[in-house]
Amino acid sequence: MSQTANKEYTASEAAAPLTISGLSVAYQKKPVLRNVSFQVKEGELIGIIGPNGAGKSTMMKAALGLIPSISGEVLVYGKSYKEQRKLIGYVPQRESVDWDFPTNALDVVLMGTYGRLGWFGRPRGKDKAFALECLEKVGMAEFADRQISQLSGGQQQRVFLARALAQNAKLYFMDEPFAGVDAATEKAIITLLQELKKQGKTVIVVHHDLATVEQYFDSVLLLNVELQAFGPTADTFTQEKLQRTYGGRLAFLDQGRGERL
Amino acid sequence: MSDFWILLTGSLVAACCGIVGVFLVLRKMAMIGDAISHSVMPGIVIAFLISGSRDSLLMMFAALVFGVLTTFLIGMFQRSGIQSDASIGVVFTALFAIGVILVSLFARQVHLDQDAILYGEIAFVHWNVWEIGGVSLGPKAVWLLGVTLVVIIAVIGLFYKQFKLCSFDPALAAAIGIPVAFFHYLLMGLVSMATVSSFESVGAILVVGMLIIPASTAYLLTDKLGSMILISVAVGVASTILGYGVSVVLDASIAGCMVCAAGLLFIMAFLFSPSHGLVIRKLRQRSLASSVNV
Repeated sequence: MSQTANKEYTASEAAAPLTISGLSVAYQKKPVLRNVSFQVKEGELIGIIGPNGAGKSTMMKAALGLIPSISGEVLVYGKSYKEQRKLIGYVPQRESVDWDFPTNALDVVLMGTYGRLGWFGRPRGKDKAFALECLEKVGMAEFADRQISQLSGGQQQRVFLARALAQNAKLYFMDEPFAGVDAATEKAIITLLQELKKQGKTVIVVHHDLATVEQYFDSVLLLNVELQAFGPTADTFTQEKLQRTYGGRLAFLDQGRGERL
Repeated sequence: MSDFWILLTGSLVAACCGIVGVFLVLRKMAMIGDAISHSVMPGIVIAFLISGSRDSLLMMFAALVFGVLTTFLIGMFQRSGIQSDASIGVVFTALFAIGVILVSLFARQVHLDQDAILYGEIAFVHWNVWEIGGVSLGPKAVWLLGVTLVVIIAVIGLFYKQFKLCSFDPALAAAIGIPVAFFHYLLMGLVSMATVSSFESVGAILVVGMLIIPASTAYLLTDKLGSMILISVAVGVASTILGYGVSVVLDASIAGCMVCAAGLLFIMAFLFSPSHGLVIRKLRQRSLASSVNV
């Protein structure tokens, strides 16, 4: 947090961007997330890693209050997330929406500004200009008027990223932004994440590709229903801890480090 | 004069249904519209039995209650693990059946016959006028539909961005604090209002056609939500005019001809839409193929 020490903080902002304590979630009696507690530091890129069904997306959704949790507390900058929504940006999984919806790229990005507009406000010229700026940051300005179904998967993902930028948040949750994107998009996304980090923002990313973890993230959270390990990537992304998280499914990890699971 | 009132009534039905229909289609809830249009029946009959008239506010209120109850029950069954289409089927047929029983039990006491409920009686709309102090203010159905249309436009206009985001990406909507469930039930309330105001004119079955067909046609013709709503209304009004013309020539059911005309316009859009049309796409593929071969 040292790089932001020169800024004056209110009491709530001085607290950690995200503190989760004792979070548990169950679907139809079956626990999918059990007693998870951790605290993230400001200005870090954090990767959430774990096998399929480990509850990675679930944890993100529960932290945002999108699905009910059976116990636990989520604090964003020291207060309940409900009071801090304007500080939070969210990128859902790309498959979670219908890309045949009648709208264009700029309009989707503009949706990122809705949270600031209140109940009756409408997006105005300056909001549109800002949305276009956000599209530019992900290299998609020329596609502003393009119907979203006519974009490639990677372009759609970049539109989602631009929308998160338009939310102008301090803490970002991103659910598999790298899933199924082309190399150009992957590069655009990671450049953007570094940029956000430079601005002192905190980004939590559900990630699948073990090969890029060490390169992309400052901290890693290993999850398999329960929290397996959390800490700086160098100490946490180790063969022993990964083995524990993935069970027997992670063979030849040393060699496999460079490959996709 | 009766032509004018029938066309105006039909156009108002088209406008009310066309606007809310767009959101039903985009949220993949077309069959929920079907369910609501049937399950408001018991509400309508109960209100009719209490008030003895067909144009009371009570009737609107009762229909709203049953419409929202329908969506609530369907949602509850879905959440507890029943298949979504089965939940819809169970809820609306059961509620509609209660309505049928009520009508058959009390039909003689109240002037409400099953034909009128199922098929509407738009042809007689100008006979049932609203009079104040002996001055005729026009058909009651026109007033009811007019007020409903104003409410729909006001609510959708005021909360356009919420309805849009809840339709496209409910997860983000919830994350930024939009009460997604509230807007869901608000939309269902509007669908119930549109249905109950329209059913008297076009009947409980054909109102589904006016909810879904023009909106689906508009979906094929544009890539913008705002234009989709306008086109949906325009297609509905065109179906009304076309359908009424045909019904006069054939001396057939007006509401039936209106919905058939809507179906015909849908087929035209399906085949010839510049962006989505089947024929246009085939032609484009053929010209592309020949240009590759040359």
